[in-house]
Amino acid sequence: MNEDYRTTESEKLKPPVTSVGVIGWLKGNLFNSWFNSVLTIVTLYFLWITVPSFIRWAFVDSLWISTGAECHQAGGACWSIIPANIRFILFGFFPYESQWRPLLAMILLVGLLYYSQNRNHWKKSLAYAWILGLFIMGLLMKGGLFGLDSVESTQWGGLPLTLLLSVFGLTAAYPLGVVLALGRQSKMPAIKTVCVIYIELIRGVPLITLLFMSSVVFPLFLPEGITVNKILRAQAAIILFTAAYIAEVVRGGLQGMSKGQYEAAESLGLNYHQTMRLVILPQALKIVIPPTVSILISAFKDTSLVVIIALYDILKTTQSVLSDPKWMGFSAEAYIFIALIYFVCCFSMSNYSRRLEKELDRSL
Amino acid sequence: MNDKQPETNEKASSNEAIIEIIDMHKWFGEFHVLNNINLTVQKQERIVICGPSGSGKSTLIRCINRLEEHQRGRIIVDGIELTNDIKNIEKIRMEVGMVFQHFNLFPHLTIVENLALGPIWVRKVPKKEAEETAMHYLEKVHIAEQAKKYPGQLSGGQQQRVAIARSLCMKPNVMLFDEPTSALDPEMVKEVLDVMISLASEGMTMIVVSHEMGFAKSVAHRVLFMDFGRIVEENTPVEFFENPQHERTKLFLSQILH
Ligand SMILES: Nc1ncnc2c1ncn2[C@@H]1O[C@H](COP(=O)(O)OP(=O)(O)O)[C@@H](O)[C@H]1O
Ligand SMILES: [Mg+2]
Repeated sequence: MNEDYRTTESEKLKPPVTSVGVIGWLKGNLFNSWFNSVLTIVTLYFLWITVPSFIRWAFVDSLWISTGAECHQAGGACWSIIPANIRFILFGFFPYESQWRPLLAMILLVGLLYYSQNRNHWKKSLAYAWILGLFIMGLLMKGGLFGLDSVESTQWGGLPLTLLLSVFGLTAAYPLGVVLALGRQSKMPAIKTVCVIYIELIRGVPLITLLFMSSVVFPLFLPEGITVNKILRAQAAIILFTAAYIAEVVRGGLQGMSKGQYEAAESLGLNYHQTMRLVILPQALKIVIPPTVSILISAFKDTSLVVIIALYDILKTTQSVLSDPKWMGFSAEAYIFIALIYFVCCFSMSNYSRRLEKELDRSL
Repeated sequence: MNDKQPETNEKASSNEAIIEIIDMHKWFGEFHVLNNINLTVQKQERIVICGPSGSGKSTLIRCINRLEEHQRGRIIVDGIELTNDIKNIEKIRMEVGMVFQHFNLFPHLTIVENLALGPIWVRKVPKKEAEETAMHYLEKVHIAEQAKKYPGQLSGGQQQRVAIARSLCMKPNVMLFDEPTSALDPEMVKEVLDVMISLASEGMTMIVVSHEMGFAKSVAHRVLFMDFGRIVEENTPVEFFENPQHERTKLFLSQILH
């Protein structure tokens, strides 16, 4: 009886025709007030004058495989700059005939990252796979063993360098940030003070400053004869910088935890470390996945700042190509290509985080 | 309100003290929240504490497992005195189970994981054994079929029964309950009280902060009335409810009865 009542009711209340379908959608979203109508028309006009000419430039009048001279004659985009210089853009000054090595290392890295996405694969064997993988990657990059020529790290560059700085920068910064966040909440005044000072100091200076300090100031303090690899110093600066931001985000998550969770864990007899590791952090870190990923993404993009200390990351190798007279003037094409690479990386990160969040969401 | 009468409220069978609180005081800043508390609880004794809101009931039982620290006097649980020694605190927490008003289950773990967590990490029980124990207690609180669900998927009454089972998995000698039914919808109160009554019938030592008179009458050996941080009156349930001695007790009872 109740059911009948509901069906008749819903039949009576069919939506009016103008609120469904294409027309309904247009009316509801684009022309629902005079202000929105004006905005819609202005936007359409701008699209009308920009999109067709962009398409002509990028796809119709464009050259894909040619020399720089031919490009200068043509009016469209010169995508040829990418294939003609791809190996320098991707690998920088890595010895030409050995460039398969960084390529293989990158494939290995991406493969491992891809495999690690699935939480069902998070077992001990995965840890061993990473250890072995890292060893092989190091060997491929550095050489000097098993008949591989030794390559100085000063010759590393391009995409492998960008990935190296960001993947290890981010994976080291995350746990460090969590530890700092816990330290900042500590009841022990000394630990708390150190963490607060660290976090606030680092957040008070731009990354560029840290990079300069690591490359210029830091070596001054080292005893004579000792040098620390430049990439390592840049890496350290990125880690220290990112960790401070992660720490603040994680602190927000920790503050969101109710006192009851701590008390329940303590009354079961769990000690501080167990309480944090088993009860508090899994929940707190989950809450802050979105802001954490924002930080990781911006940290990834910020690795391009290492150009200012003359490391040849992928942005710098691209710029060098652009300063070659043969290819001068095609910066738009080259930067679009670089932007695409950055986009793919950042988009996969945010995509993954959304998936992870959904997976973990089942429990909350 | 509870038709089940597990046993009569005769004196606890042994007279070996399991909790001794001697001349205990606690302050929150300037506020004297517990004032000269003296309380001895025998093994297998069941005590109900009632009193107006803010009278210090929660604080008193939270001192027993050191969720709050007392500042004067002594608290001795199962022969171990509560001091700043972290080892003693951990030992006592293993002996004392606690059930909270708001359940405080771990929302990121399944029900069975909630139960097995303590035994695995504190008592170092192998995982498989801990899960078997967990299932045993889940059956006891009539909720075994929900073992694989998450707390958020359960009703309040079910969550509170899980919380009780979680404490029991640690095989405690004493159970503390802080208003276990006051956050529940009325229709769920009985299922939780029934679990507590059956626990009582097995001889668990219990200290229960509660205003459930029916429960107190059928289960408690003693009822304590607290006001302004003091234990104002204590008596057997029958005497307490039918023949209260103090004016404040009378006033309080008249308020909760109507
Ligand atoms: N952490 C705390 N800090 C300061 N005051 C507190 C704290 N916890 C409780 N109180 C105060 O102590 C008094 C007793 O609290 P509580 O033991 O929770 O009372 P009850 O459980 O009897 O309602 C209340 O006035 C409360 O406001
Ligand atoms: Mg209370």
